[in-house]
Amino acid sequence: MTSRLRFVIRRLLLTIPVLLVMSIIVFLIIRLVPGDPVRTMLGFRATAENVEQVRHELGLDRPIVTQYFDFLGGLLRGDLGTDIVSHASLADLLAQRLPVTFELTGLAMLIAVLVGVPLGVRAATGGRWIKRATEGFVVLGVSIPDFWLGIMLVLVFASTLVLLPPSGYVPFEVAPLDNLRYMALPVLTLAVGEAAYILRTTRSAVESVMTRPFVGFLRAKGVSESRIVFGHALRNAAPSIVTVIGIQVGVLLGGAIIIETLFALPGVGRLVVTAINQRNYPTVQVGVLAIAAIFILVSLVTDLVVGWLDPRVSDGAAT
Amino acid sequence: MTALLQVENLVKTYPASGGLPFRRKRFTALDHVSISVDRGRTLGLVGESGSGKSTLGRCVLGLTAPDSGSVIFDGADVTKLRGAKLSEFRRRVQPVFQDPYGSLDPRWSVGRSVRESLDVFRVGTTADREQRVRDLFDRVGLNPALTDRLPSSLSGGQRQRVGIAAALASDPELIVADEPVSALDVSVQAQILNLFQDLQNDLGVATIFVTHDLGVVEHVSDDIAVLFHGELVEIGPADRILHDPQHDYTKRLLSAVPRPPLIGAGTPRPTTPLAHPTILPTSARTAPATDIPTTD
Repeated sequence: MTSRLRFVIRRLLLTIPVLLVMSIIVFLIIRLVPGDPVRTMLGFRATAENVEQVRHELGLDRPIVTQYFDFLGGLLRGDLGTDIVSHASLADLLAQRLPVTFELTGLAMLIAVLVGVPLGVRAATGGRWIKRATEGFVVLGVSIPDFWLGIMLVLVFASTLVLLPPSGYVPFEVAPLDNLRYMALPVLTLAVGEAAYILRTTRSAVESVMTRPFVGFLRAKGVSESRIVFGHALRNAAPSIVTVIGIQVGVLLGGAIIIETLFALPGVGRLVVTAINQRNYPTVQVGVLAIAAIFILVSLVTDLVVGWLDPRVSDGAAT
Repeated sequence: MTALLQVENLVKTYPASGGLPFRRKRFTALDHVSISVDRGRTLGLVGESGSGKSTLGRCVLGLTAPDSGSVIFDGADVTKLRGAKLSEFRRRVQPVFQDPYGSLDPRWSVGRSVRESLDVFRVGTTADREQRVRDLFDRVGLNPALTDRLPSSLSGGQRQRVGIAAALASDPELIVADEPVSALDVSVQAQILNLFQDLQNDLGVATIFVTHDLGVVEHVSDDIAVLFHGELVEIGPADRILHDPQHDYTKRLLSAVPRPPLIGAGTPRPTTPLAHPTILPTSARTAPATDIPTTD
């Protein structure tokens, strides 16, 4: 078990340089975007003096290196800073917004796994028509852009059938049922593409295990087909499926930015989009870093799960 | 006494590759082959690659359907078995394959792989099964402490012992071993062959031993059948085939085996299939394989 522990510690230490580089990139990129946050805040009629004064208050007149280290120092002390438009604490803002993003991506991934894995197994072991049908679903699911799918779903379910609200949000703890009604379309939009990816991965992973010699051996020994598929093939395919799920969480977080904007969900993605339009530097920086940190954490968990499923990975004795 | 296994006039052809689809010739893997195996007896099935010996093994296991002819196991036609009868047949006839690594699930511990038959055929309680797995490991000369290992951490010889233990788990009456030693080092081959011989003596399980190497079968077989291009060219008691081969092909096969004078049944068994003069004491041949293998 000590080797497993060392693996975790090494991976946790590795996240530090990644986040550091990430913070520099985010810090620079948002400043490269044309537009002045102070001008945006104060409007065109602001006098030069006013602009200078606000700029000084926000620390934006200081050298860029100093600004970066102020930002970094704040992060290390646990002070995320304040939103320069609303003056709200960014820690509070994230605490409000993150659960929405978590719910959206978490539910979408859950549905995608519940649909993708069983269908993938069926596609790998079933007859011709199920192979064709799932292949069609994969091609459509992978190639339809989620913003377009979102609009179509709104057209059908919100405008025509009037079953679900087109946009908006109610916190789960206020009204659980309404929360789910608001979440249904955005979650579905994200889940379709994900399910297609997971289905495809599961199918090819299970298919490749089913052609291995030991499967023929198990058949000869009298092991039933369902036992072979679920006990052996899926077990052997699990590491590649879990790896893809981990990577796709990152894709989902990216997709959430678009979907939150489309469906007016108050998540981190929409927070960042609004902040970019306002040149709201601190909010963009902290928002993007938070998403990056989540993705890194998910990758770590993925690697741990894969290591547990396939002892050869973490023991470093790859065959 | 009726034979445990009776194969009669078995024919199996495969579509040959190449040629035009509508007049493609068929490759004859088995051409009216008849063999029989009595309870507790061992039949060595010998032939070069492409002689149909593995196809015959697969037909006996019920994995390949023959074009014509019959495979009768204990009075029942194997090709017509379905459902519970088929399951029962599978329990009574177990395979041992050539590549012991390829035939074990790489992510299952070897103990679990051996246990699988017991789980599938619902033998005894959970505790019984655990005990039986340890007994089987002991039986095939493996340290029971190895049950938690993955196949990748065992040596080739140990893996083949696991394969044999897995075959024995369901208490079979017939084992079909397809080239069970040809993937192993010569010294390890000898150990596995001795293990087969011990199992036949102690458990009385009938065995079909498929191999391309006459030197391998001579130590384990009561009878030998020689296949050549899908035809059975010679069958008879091992002694007779080895000392007095009738067919040209058998003679050629025999002359291909490098050997000191022939050793037939009844004489002390040599320690390697090639009668290599590496003499190990009996205890060393059957001692539990407890050594830690080097990682390859």
